Amino acid sequence: MQLVTPAIGLLFWMLVTFSLLLFILKKFAWKPILESIRNREQTIEDSLSLAEKTKSEMIRLQGENESLLAEARKERNAMLKEAREMRDKIVGDAKSAADEEAKKLMNRAQDEIEKQKSAAIAEIKREVSILSVQIAEKLMQQQLENNSAQQGIIENQLSQLN
Amino acid sequence: MMGHPKKMPDFIALFSISSVRKTLVSFVFSAFLIVSTFANHSSGEGEIAAGHPKAAQEVSASHDKPTKYDPGKMIMDHVTDAHDWHLFGEGHDAVSISLPVILYVKSTGFVTFSSSNFQHGHAAYDGFELNEKGSVVWEDKLNTESIYDLSITKNVFAMMLAVLSLMLITIGMARSYRKREGKAPKGFHNLIEPLILFIRDDVARASIGHKADKYLPMLLSIFFFIFVNNLFGLIPIFPGGANVTGNIAVTMVLAVIVFLTVNLNANKYYWKHIFVPDVPVWMYVIIIPIEIMGLVLKPFVLMLRLFANITAGHIIILGFFSLIFIFGAMKPGLGLAVSPLSVAFTVFMSLLELLVAFLQAYVFTLLTAIYIGSAIEEHHH
Repeated sequence: MQLVTPAIGLLFWMLVTFSLLLFILKKFAWKPILESIRNREQTIEDSLSLAEKTKSEMIRLQGENESLLAEARKERNAMLKEAREMRDKIVGDAKSAADEEAKKLMNRAQDEIEKQKSAAIAEIKREVSILSVQIAEKLMQQQLENNSAQQGIIENQLSQLN
Repeated sequence: MMGHPKKMPDFIALFSISSVRKTLVSFVFSAFLIVSTFANHSSGEGEIAAGHPKAAQEVSASHDKPTKYDPGKMIMDHVTDAHDWHLFGEGHDAVSISLPVILYVKSTGFVTFSSSNFQHGHAAYDGFELNEKGSVVWEDKLNTESIYDLSITKNVFAMMLAVLSLMLITIGMARSYRKREGKAPKGFHNLIEPLILFIRDDVARASIGHKADKYLPMLLSIFFFIFVNNLFGLIPIFPGGANVTGNIAVTMVLAVIVFLTVNLNANKYYWKHIFVPDVPVWMYVIIIPIEIMGLVLKPFVLMLRLFANITAGHIIILGFFSLIFIFGAMKPGLGLAVSPLSVAFTVFMSLLELLVAFLQAYVFTLLTAIYIGSAIEEHHH
């Protein structure tokens, strides 16, 4: 029976002690501790969400960079290709122009040569005819004097022609 | 209670543990009964010792023979309260810490003196003496005026020591937290914080809901008070060893505080559930008395559960120790032979008690939280 009979003294002191404990711990322990824990949890949560946001931002930026890079690369390739085409075109154009020019020059030269040749031939023909006339004239004159003299004159004239 | 089906496995686990305990307790008690009847038959002095300890001690002192060992009395002495804190030694050689005796008698007012004046129950002082149960009575047996004993007894002193340590730890913790705002806890606080978070998240918030934080200081205080006192009770030497949470007065005050908290904070749905339940009117005759009984029964069971569990733990451990002396009284060699087994069982029980110390603190807090939760629950039908 003694075990299950509450003693008045212990009841009293327990009530006093526990009330004091409740009051003191509530004010000086649980409140600040719980507040600190809450603050810390908030800080951790904020940091985590910030980290998550930063990470997604990073990923976004990285993606953007990559696409920019890819675009730049494409552009560069396009530019290179264009340049190469242009070079090829310029070189080709230059070559064909040069060819044409050369051909034109050659033609002109040939024409000139032909012309000169025909002119020279005409000249020669004219000279020969003149010379022939003169020779004929001299021959005529010499023949009129003697035959051997006439022969010598013709030979002389011919050698002069060469 | 209905809203927490996920708590069920916990209760099942508790039941299985308590059934293990019951088996152990009954085993030890039956061992006792057998041995003590055996011991009492061996000599006539045993009966004197059981009935009148003071007389028996005097007899033994005069005959210069060791006092007859009475395990029942020894155990009861250890699990009940006392006016001085016995450290070691027996009879006149006993060394104990004297505690203040504070008495209130209506006719003379407050009387205060040291408990050493009683000389462990061998002397009367100022008209008062200790009876065989250790309570203060009039030396003059015909005086019927009631004595209100407000002494700082062993349990009061032990409880104050435990509460003081708890305050030192938690207030120190609060100071350190404030100094290291936003940083992780350090050292010993790493041990306390999980407990605080456990009570907050898995007990208070799980059972009460969004209003839980209002009751958190109270639940934390109850939990740590019980836990620290349970642990102090497991220390066999000063400043532990007192059976504070295994004292019905202590658990009664806790239960009354829980009862008041629950019922003073209860909302109209709670009272409607008790006085105007959703049953046919003719059943009110049965339901309302049951509900009102339940109102009182809940804290009553809280009181009994804690008291019985902790006291039982102390009794089992002391019982295993007693076996050494019971067998030793029969034959010294037998006591020596039993001691390894006895020590092994005591260590095992102490480990179990360590679990129980936590478990009972948890159960008391959890049930308090559930009762509060059911009292302030909003119903939306």
